[in-house]
Amino acid sequence: MTHPLLGSFFQDRNFIQAAYIVAFGLFIYGLSGLTGPRTAVRGNRIAAVGMAIAVVAALLTPEVGNWGIILAGVAIGAAVGIPAARRVRMTAMPQMVALFNGVGGGAVALIAWLEFRRTGGYADTPTYVAVFSVFAAIIGSVSFWGSNIAFAKLQELLPGKPITVPGQQILNAVLLLVAVGLGVAIVAGSHAEILIIGVLLAAAVLGNMVVLPIGGADMPVVISLLNAFTGLSAAATGVALDNTALIVAGMIVGASGTILTNLMAEAMNRSIPAIVAGGFGGTVTAPAGGGGGGEDGGTVRSTSPADAAIQLSYARQVVIVPGYGMAVAQAQHAVKELMRELEKRGVEVKFGIHPVAGRMPGHMNVLLAEADVPYDHLKEMDEINPEFPRTDVVLVIGANDVTNPAAKDQPDSPIYGMPILQVDEAQSVIVLKRSMSSGFAGIDNPLFYNPKTALLFGDAKGSVSDVVGEVQGL
Amino acid sequence: MLITNLAILVLAGFVGYAVISKVPNTLHTPLMSGTNAIHGIVLLGGLIIAGVAGDGVLNKILLVIAIAFGTINVVGGFLVTDRMLEMFKAKPDERSPEAERPPTS
Repeated sequence: MTHPLLGSFFQDRNFIQAAYIVAFGLFIYGLSGLTGPRTAVRGNRIAAVGMAIAVVAALLTPEVGNWGIILAGVAIGAAVGIPAARRVRMTAMPQMVALFNGVGGGAVALIAWLEFRRTGGYADTPTYVAVFSVFAAIIGSVSFWGSNIAFAKLQELLPGKPITVPGQQILNAVLLLVAVGLGVAIVAGSHAEILIIGVLLAAAVLGNMVVLPIGGADMPVVISLLNAFTGLSAAATGVALDNTALIVAGMIVGASGTILTNLMAEAMNRSIPAIVAGGFGGTVTAPAGGGGGGEDGGTVRSTSPADAAIQLSYARQVVIVPGYGMAVAQAQHAVKELMRELEKRGVEVKFGIHPVAGRMPGHMNVLLAEADVPYDHLKEMDEINPEFPRTDVVLVIGANDVTNPAAKDQPDSPIYGMPILQVDEAQSVIVLKRSMSSGFAGIDNPLFYNPKTALLFGDAKGSVSDVVGEVQGL
Repeated sequence: MLITNLAILVLAGFVGYAVISKVPNTLHTPLMSGTNAIHGIVLLGGLIIAGVAGDGVLNKILLVIAIAFGTINVVGGFLVTDRMLEMFKAKPDERSPEAERPPTS
């Protein structure tokens, strides 16, 4: 035994098992700290301690060896992961999360492959090991490649618009059948390595094909779903390797990802299968039809920073509704500045945040927290909606579809039924927009033609800064 | 062994559901990146299997990649979550922390 540092007590299976139990206990305890902003930092650190304990315990396992390989892997991982985590900008958080999620899935897929090679195609292992390993291989591979595509889209290496090929659904079904079919062959006793490679490849192509057609606005759902996938694949790996820490941790992540996926899909009033089957962009027909009632011909009213500043300064309550446009323009600090100036003048400022604003669950909250906007100013949709009728001015910054009243009153609209922030109930609305183009969903927004609404054209950050300047000059 | 593990699996799913349901919308991004870090636990799989599957060049390469992926997932995930949560901690009782930011005006 080449193990450097230990007495046999620490290598005892029961000791290692006990350490795993401590570790996942700390995961659960740590995550329960995430229920509030004050306990959250500590919660995350507690979970990290749990992880450290789990890693040390794993290294104590008697079979562990090949320290050179382990050191090389850990060194490379740390060299890549630490700087990335330290330097990433908050606006780039969705793609960072997608990437970290992807590598987790990739590790799962590779471990399944290694396990196959080690056991000569699961030759002398119980059937269930093969079943769970193959499952992990498929889901892990889908998650890895899907996350990479999500990353590429969010990083704008690929166009955010849906990319579709004809017969997409059928192709996906075939790919899934191939992956599962090869997997069944492995479980049934075939030991040819080409089978597991085929499983991984079919799942890889499937991962690509599933995420490519998904549009930018659906990203929060996709990222949550891939997160759940990686968690479940980790849990499956845990069953195959008989490792409780993996099972518990994987299932917690699976549960978390599932909850988030459902919440996001609900907030968009869309079913998960419909989202996975393809983005808005492909399905939307021209809304001009007939039912719209003349909005198309309506005129928009534009305003100037000076007028907007006056309107905002003399309001009693202002609600700011941020969207992905705020993230793109990096406008969060300017927005915070505006909040501060308005509060100095006794204006009550709140933020109305739609669950799917941005590119991942809670995206806007992170940006505003980065700019030091106090946590209690951030209101969720159900909390802020009753407030709009007594709000003097709503300032919409780079948000579109989540404020679109067509979701309430135009049954033929593609987003009909989606819960929205009912900004049109406020006394007046100022919309910051780069141009008259429609949102990611490509749907016209009647809010812009509402007589209460004024549009302030320009880059979000520049516009907000101009308004701040005007407010200061009043 | 399988049955015990399946029992753990099912129970863990329900525990996860119960705990995570209480997390408010505002903290969903840190939640996601925190749980992301936790599924980096697959690193353990790589570490354990390293001792028994390390023969041959291909195996060695696959192992290094798997362990590197797991490490990125764990270390990066926890660090980035920590950074994010630190920002949420800034209290409502305004004391403008944060090493000065260039004023945006």
